[in-house]
Parts: sequence; structure tokens; C-alpha cells
Amino acid sequence: MTEGVVVTGMGIVSCIGFNVDETLHSLMIGKTGIGKISILDSIHRDEFVLGEIKLTQKELMEKLGVDLNLPWTRTALLGVWAARQAYQSAGLSTNSGKRIGLVSASTVGGMDRSELYYKDFLTDAIRKNHIDTHHAGNSTEMIADDLNIHDYLTTISTACSSSLNSIMFGARLLRHNLLDAVIVGGTDALSRFTLNGFNTLMILDHEHCRPFDATRRGLNLGEGAGYLVLERTSDALAGKKQVIAQVAGYANANDAFHQTASSDNGEGPFLAMQRAVAKAGITAQDIDYINVHGTGTDNNDLTEGVAMKRLFGDQVPPFSSTKAFTGHTLGATGVIESIISILSMNNDKVFPNINFKEVIEEINLVPVSQLTDLHINHVLTNSFGFGGNDSSVVFSKVPSNISGL
Amino acid sequence: MMLAPTYIDGSGAVVPQPTVNQDKFLEEILEYNERFLQVVSPVYKDYIDVKLLRRMSKIVKMSIVSAQVAMQQAGVDQVDAIMTGTGMGCQIDTEKFLNAMIENGETLLTPTSFIQSTHNTMGGQIALMLGNKNHNLTYVHRTFSFESALLDAMMMIAEKEAQKVLVGGIDEITDESWLIKTQIDYYKKHACKNSAVYTDLQPGALSGEGSAFFVLSADRSEKTYAQLKGVSTLYKPRSNKELEDFIKRFLMTNELGLSDIDLVIMGNNGDPVFDRIYEDLATGLFKTIPTGRFKHLCGEYDTASSFALWIASGILRHQYVPSTISQHPFDRKTPKKILIYNHFRNINHSLILVTTPDAS
Repeated sequence: MTEGVVVTGMGIVSCIGFNVDETLHSLMIGKTGIGKISILDSIHRDEFVLGEIKLTQKELMEKLGVDLNLPWTRTALLGVWAARQAYQSAGLSTNSGKRIGLVSASTVGGMDRSELYYKDFLTDAIRKNHIDTHHAGNSTEMIADDLNIHDYLTTISTACSSSLNSIMFGARLLRHNLLDAVIVGGTDALSRFTLNGFNTLMILDHEHCRPFDATRRGLNLGEGAGYLVLERTSDALAGKKQVIAQVAGYANANDAFHQTASSDNGEGPFLAMQRAVAKAGITAQDIDYINVHGTGTDNNDLTEGVAMKRLFGDQVPPFSSTKAFTGHTLGATGVIESIISILSMNNDKVFPNINFKEVIEEINLVPVSQLTDLHINHVLTNSFGFGGNDSSVVFSKVPSNISGL
Repeated sequence: MMLAPTYIDGSGAVVPQPTVNQDKFLEEILEYNERFLQVVSPVYKDYIDVKLLRRMSKIVKMSIVSAQVAMQQAGVDQVDAIMTGTGMGCQIDTEKFLNAMIENGETLLTPTSFIQSTHNTMGGQIALMLGNKNHNLTYVHRTFSFESALLDAMMMIAEKEAQKVLVGGIDEITDESWLIKTQIDYYKKHACKNSAVYTDLQPGALSGEGSAFFVLSADRSEKTYAQLKGVSTLYKPRSNKELEDFIKRFLMTNELGLSDIDLVIMGNNGDPVFDRIYEDLATGLFKTIPTGRFKHLCGEYDTASSFALWIASGILRHQYVPSTISQHPFDRKTPKKILIYNHFRNINHSLILVTTPDAS
């Protein structure tokens, strides 16, 4: 595995935990973070539930001890919080001579501030500081500046599949020896823009979402950030680094069917999964567990299920959606579920697809709905988005002879 | 490190100059005296089904036409990957949804503009049009966006994951986004002649918009007219020396020295403060190399370097440097190696190196 890429650090912030340990704890005890809206100021406050991080902008800034004079967006703050954890857990340092990069993803960028200040941009001198925080790369630069990263940075936006694509691109940068370590992931804050947007599409559930359930009515939005530190396997071993997981395979495919809906036969999701498994050099039968995209919308769960059946036949491995814990965190969802997948694999546990009761007749697939022990060597995680962008990543367990370093 | 050879087989651009279906290569340019420059609309219905056209926003139409022109020139009807870069994405649809939401107090909203507001709309629409189910990515990091897309394409080609890749950079300007950015002196507040932009004293750049797409290929063919040698970015250099070292190192990585470069195309945009960086290089590090500028043709936008690559590869194809872009009469025989240098307010710097197909 000398040519491979491994995970050497992780950081995560979502409504179910402010770090990896808290996240694992919530998953183990089956505690969702979705609930009534108390932070986002929206007229839909009492209509929907959200996966909110229960800290205001001011509380977040104070908690992180960031420079209060800088124009922070909530997206950037969440990103800094998770990226710092990843950076520290991998033992990175900017004076090690290593070339360190950052590949981050975001769909809304600085919209959480733009939507508040938009009408003041032309009149209010203080609000003007936020004009240039709107673009999607802003949070990436705020994180890079916080961690003093200079060697490479970029930002990806492919709707809800965004942060799985940062993992892929980051792995490629390492394989080509353009960097020695790369922080990959994504961040997205809740905003009225996305809440209202998804509301117009009528794919928000007013109740807690029920992925892969016959009575599902839509998704719950969430917010958060997650980052992995990736390094080449040989470097990680030479540096006696903790090796958390192998990035075994990945693929990105386009459904080429519709701007927002998935094709009936789940072509894009099928191709993403199939190619990711092939890239990992394993067969579909080797996948022990799938952390599915499973948003809880009518269209996603049905077509994702169809795609899984196409790939796995009647041997669909145990699977669950953890979106009823975290909500759908858009640009962050791919990396948040990657971290959950890795926790699953390294603890040999399948975290439950909570709120599941009734099987979807058309696909007749039953998700794992209770915390279950399962030996997991290879885990597949999916993220699908608008624009037909579908991505899948396979993580594999690190052989025990090297994981104990 | 060097990536595998990557060839340019086709390019298409929709910018504020006539570039579609033109026999001439930038011999004459449109003169503007405007607050910002907008693209010359091609005859969209020649490229896009009229039924689809009605529902498409400007940025999607620009992307599709430039992508189609590039693919026609390359003689391909499919590609193995589609990579797009856009700094600001679909500004028209984002503004539409945002304004409606604020003005109507989160009521009476319709989904169309929300659906079309995501940054990957162009990549998704091109895939839809081509029925292309392959790798599809959108990079959204200001003036690194197009460069990231190019780098990803080159890496995929080097890994033999793709033979042909469609890569593009697109951004659109709106009245509102222009007005907002005049507030922080990013863009000029008053109309400015594009021909005189480099001596205009108003703060900020003359803003613009455009789209340019390329078909990159792993193999050289009879369609090939240029070779993409490399792309590199630099974030917030801490000194001028760091910037100069970045340029020298980039050339060294490509086994070239400054004296090997026949032309440097630079991204001066009329901002009196930040154009100094280009001017210092033109009279310093690049002193002995002919230089050209291009943003008087298209204005400033995050992915303007994609138009610079369109110009550079066009120069290699036509084997001459149009006087409309060269800063001084170009007196070398035929340019073989062209360097593109662009920066955004001394934050995001980038280099692209393009040569004739056989140049080593």
C-alpha cells in the first residue's frame, strides 16, 4: 500500500458533536441533533426542524478566540473549528518543511452573512467588510489564514456531493507529489437562502426525516464542517503517524438526467459506486457497510436504492443513513459522513438509520435501524447533488500491523 | 513536478469581443465606454435547442456555446471529464432568489432561480446536453477556480483516467454585483474607455465577464495546436521575492528559464494600485521578454485567465501575436512559449504555461 493515501487526522463539528469523540458518543447512544429552530432567524422557525449548532455567531467567535475585527461568516467559523481539530490530530506543523494544502468545499459560501447584510452593502460602511466574504472561497482562505497554510488552496462546489470531491482532488494532489499533506473537507452554515430554497422545492420534512422509510416526506437541513488530513501512506509510515484509514477508492459520475432529480434507474449513483469500488481494487461483495446518501426525499432514497440493487444484486450490504442524526449538511455532508463511516469501520459498529419503520415497497431494502456490531474492512459512502453530481468514496481499514504506530 | 504532456485540441470563447465564428483573430476589437463589459452574444439558437434556450440563464448559455465551439474545433462529441471553474457562479439567479426572499419576507418564492443558483449548474447543464456521465467537477475559488480545473484535468490525464477533458472558466457580471463591488473599490464606479483602461485613475478594475472552454487531450493529433505545460498558483505571497521565486521555480519545474519565454500575457485590469505588481514585473523580472495584456478586451472577472489561455493558444495556432494585445510591437518570429501571469489583489496569483505542441 505504499502508493496509497491515508487519513492521519480528523475534525468535525455538527449538531451531534463539536469533535470526533462527541460525534461518536451521539451515534452510539442514538441521539439526534435535529430539533426546533432557535438560532436561524426565519419566518419558518416553527414550521421545520433543523440540525443547528446551538451557538450564535458571537458565541462561536468567542469560543474559537478568533480576531473579532475580521469579517467572519458562520461558514468560515464552523470550518475553522473543524479544520483546527484535523490539523492538530494529525500533528501537522507549518515549520516542518512539509507542503501542506487545503481543499475545502462549500455550497452557500458566505450566504449566512450576505442574506443579513445584502441591503446594507450599498449604505453601511461596517457591513461593507462582508461584501467579499460572499464568495465560496472565502471560508477556505479564512481557514488557511487561521492555520497559516500557504502551499496550495482551492474550493470545490458540486452541490451536496461537494466535500467527497475535495477528498478525491486532495488524494490526487498527493499522488502527484504536489503536496505532502492536505486538509480536505467542507463547511456549510444554515441560511435562510437554503431553507427557503429547499422549501420551494417541497422536499423539506416538517417532522424528523425518515430516510429509506416508505412514509418519508423529505429532508431536514443541518449545518457543520468536517476535515480529514490526508498523507501518502509511505510518508505517514515513515513519520510514524497514526493511520486512521485508507482512502481506497473514489469516483465521481454525472447522472446527466435532470438539474435536480435523479434518473429512475439511478444511473449516476450506480456509476459513482461502481467506479469507486473498482478504483479500490475490490469487488462489490467486499463492501461491508454503506453509509448511504439517504436524504429522506422521495426521489433520492428510491433511486439510490435502485442503484444499490443494480450494483449489489440481492446481496446489498448492511447500510444506513445517518442524516436523521445530523441533518443534511449540504457541502459538508460528504466529509461528515466520511468521518462517520471511518468511525463505523474502526469501531466495528453500524450506526442506526434512526426513524426507520416501514420498508419502501419498490426496492424492498431494509436499512440497519439499531446499533449493530459488524466487522467492517471496507466502507462505501455516497453523496449526490443537484446538477447530477454523484460521488462515492471507499475507505478501508488499516492493517493491524501498522495501525498501532 | 511535471505532469504528463497535455495537448490543446480545441478552444471556444464567449467574451465582450467577437470571438465566435470569426475568420480574424483579434485583429480589430470592440471599443467600449462603459461601467463594465458584457459578452457579445453569439446566435445562441445556432447552438442550443430553442425550447431549452428559454429556460437557460446567460451564464449557462455562454458556457454551452464556448464548450461546443471547443468540441467542434477538436472534432470530438464526447469527453472523459468535464471540469469547470467559476469564481462567483450564477450571480443572476442567486440575486433573483436572494432579493425575492428578502423583499417578500420569505414568502411567494418559486424554485427556478434557487435550482439554477448552484455553482455547478454549468457543469451539470453541459453534462446534460452531452449526455455525459463521466467525472464532473466545479471549482469555485476566485482567481484559482479555472487554474484548479486545469490542474485536475492535467492530473487525470497523467493518471490515464481521461484521454479528453473539457475544461472551462466562466463568470457573469450583473448590475447589482458590479454596484456592490464598486463600494469596496474592486470595480471602477464610472464608465471607462476599455482602450484607455490601463491609464484610468479611478480605483478598482474595469469589470467584465466571459467564458472560455478547452478540449485537452492526452495524445497529440492533427487537431492539436498547443501544449499545456503547466499551471501553478500562489496564495498571499509575503514578499515580492516570494512572488519572483514562485515564477522562477515554476519555469524551472518545466525545465525552462526566463529567456526561453517568447511572450508573457499579464492580467493588468486598470486598478492603479494592484497593476503595479504587473508593471514592476514588466520592468523587472520580465524586462527582456515581450509582454501583452488582455483585460481591456474582456474586463476583470475571476476566471479571466481562461480567456488569456484562449488568446495564448490562438497565438500558437495562428502563429502571430495580434497588435491588440501586445504592449510593444512584437518583433520575434513566431512565438513558441507563452506564459500567462494573473493575480487578484495580490492575494491569488497564478501562472499558466502553454507552448507549441512540439516544444520541449
